[in-house]
Amino acid sequence: MDANFEGGAARMNVLQYVADRWDRLSLQAFLHVSAVVQCTVLATVLGVAIGVAVYRSPAGSALATALASTILTIPSFALLALLIPVFGLGANTTVVALVLYALLPIVRNTVVGLAGVDPAVSDAARGIGMSRFGVLARVELRLAWPAILAGMRVATQMLMGIAVIAAYAKGPGLGSEVFSGLANAGSANSMNQALTGTIGVVILALLLDGVYVLVNRFTVSRGVRG
Amino acid sequence: MAEGIEIRLDHVTKRYPGQKAAAVDDFSMVVPAGQIVVFVGPSGCGKTTTMRMINRLIEPTSGTITIGGEDALGIDPDDLRRRVGYAIQQAGLFPHFTVAQSIGIVPGLLGWDKKRIAARVEEMMDLVGLDPGEYADRFPRQLSGGQQQRVGVARALAADPPVLLMDEPFGAVDPITRGHLQDELLRLQNELRKTIVFVTHDFDEAVKLGDRIAVLGDRSTILQYDTPDAILANPADDTVAGFVGAGASLKALTLTRVRDVELGQAVTARSDADPSTVELGDEKFLLVLDQRDRPLRWVHLKELKNARSLAVAGRPVQDSVTLQSTLRDALEAMVNEGGRAVVTGSRGEYVGTVDLATVTDVVQRLRASA
Ligand SMILES: Nc1ncnc2c1ncn2[C@@H]1O[C@H](COP(=O)(O)OP(=O)(O)OP(=O)(O)O)[C@@H](O)[C@H]1O
Ligand SMILES: [Mg+2]
Repeated sequence: MDANFEGGAARMNVLQYVADRWDRLSLQAFLHVSAVVQCTVLATVLGVAIGVAVYRSPAGSALATALASTILTIPSFALLALLIPVFGLGANTTVVALVLYALLPIVRNTVVGLAGVDPAVSDAARGIGMSRFGVLARVELRLAWPAILAGMRVATQMLMGIAVIAAYAKGPGLGSEVFSGLANAGSANSMNQALTGTIGVVILALLLDGVYVLVNRFTVSRGVRG
Repeated sequence: MAEGIEIRLDHVTKRYPGQKAAAVDDFSMVVPAGQIVVFVGPSGCGKTTTMRMINRLIEPTSGTITIGGEDALGIDPDDLRRRVGYAIQQAGLFPHFTVAQSIGIVPGLLGWDKKRIAARVEEMMDLVGLDPGEYADRFPRQLSGGQQQRVGVARALAADPPVLLMDEPFGAVDPITRGHLQDELLRLQNELRKTIVFVTHDFDEAVKLGDRIAVLGDRSTILQYDTPDAILANPADDTVAGFVGAGASLKALTLTRVRDVELGQAVTARSDADPSTVELGDEKFLLVLDQRDRPLRWVHLKELKNARSLAVAGRPVQDSVTLQSTLRDALEAMVNEGGRAVVTGSRGEYVGTVDLATVTDVVQRLRASA
């Protein structure tokens, strides 16, 4: 066999591999995206709440951002290893890890976005009789939204990769393909398995990014869109 | 329509935490119903602080404030603010709200139904001179500075509050636009008769707008509280005199409105008239009007001879004044125009002209009476 032929066979095989196992792979892809999206949403709720709680105080903002950065510096394998004894193997550990990792970009962008709202605008909102909550919900968060959304986008991209590692804790998604592919290196189809997992993650990440472009289009007021 | 109600501040003091001196020290004043009272004074003297205590954006440290006889400190602050219009420098418009949404906010907070809000928004846009068809769906960044200020005023007036607080609302626009915005505020006030507290550090603006002026010194002490004429004629002390400044007779021109002097008349013709039919008589210039009688162009005698169409002959009228404008504005318009100033009515229609002789007459009369 020459190299050319082998390459051709491998390419055929990836496609064949995918076609043969389409049911299982598409389910894993769905689970992967679903875990990432749900964790991003959860992290957004948490991150925005934290951002809202601290943005008025410079010290609080610095502390929240520093804590979230610290989490991000923990290697994902190490974090999982730390979490498994507490949350066990499976989805719980995965969710906790992903949400923790997603916090930094979201908290930071929420704080930056809220702090960037022109004080004159908030003052006018109070001055014409909006309640504190109204000012936050209808004015400040709406104006910070493009920044928050940008934070979510970064978080999602990051989680797509980290979710692969979460298979180590028996989490759902395409990570299990990559892991078993790598674990059985040398055996039949192991290369295909790892490749399928990796390429799948990349394609899904690109698709999700496209979704963000759409969300941005439909949720950011024309008055503040660049 | 809600006409103005009296505002009373009694021994009001504000001490910011961590500061030795009070920002506002024992301030007492009655703002009469339906009048414009202007706070004027140097930067940092406490004008904004004093004003913001009226709608409780700042809570007084001590003292009482009543609005229309009601204790302002006993009303829920959010409710209070919905009943007191508020307009600030650079308008403080919400970048993500359209003009219509901005103006509709306070009526919405008060629970008006959609139809009533929509009707009100349109009414307010007309009132401040913004065509609803063209501007309703624009965002602030798509408006000029002057238009933004108009929206700010419309937003403040939308729920028809009896009281209006304005903190340097025209501070950030160019002098010509500011003059127009001031004219419009006076025109509105003629109809609406609100009680307005207006903060500025421009004494000319105070003289032009105020029924009464409060000249404030450090810690918001009242140096003089009187009508503009009285302050110009008799400054209470050297500080006030310094503020009134040099050129008091020129300033006195801000006391006289265009509507108070006798207007001259120019020879006029519609833009679609045949140039050869126009009779100028002794006049050197012809004023061309559009189909709705709004001034368009000045055409000189010589240009008229060769003119084929009045719509393009001569030069455009660049600056004009309204009946509410002061003679000082008229003087400025004359300088800009290099001749007579055109006076327009409430719909922008031509009503007459003012010339330099009229202005010098007024100055001489004011000098004689001072
Ligand atoms: N939030 C605040 N905390 C502490 N001090 C303040 C605060 N706001 C204003 N001051 C102080 O109170 C004084 C009065 O300020 P204020 O803003 O009322 O002045 P102003 O007359 O409106 O000035 P300007 O013409 O510059 O707007 C100033 O010395 C200012 O430094
Ligand atoms: Mg001020």
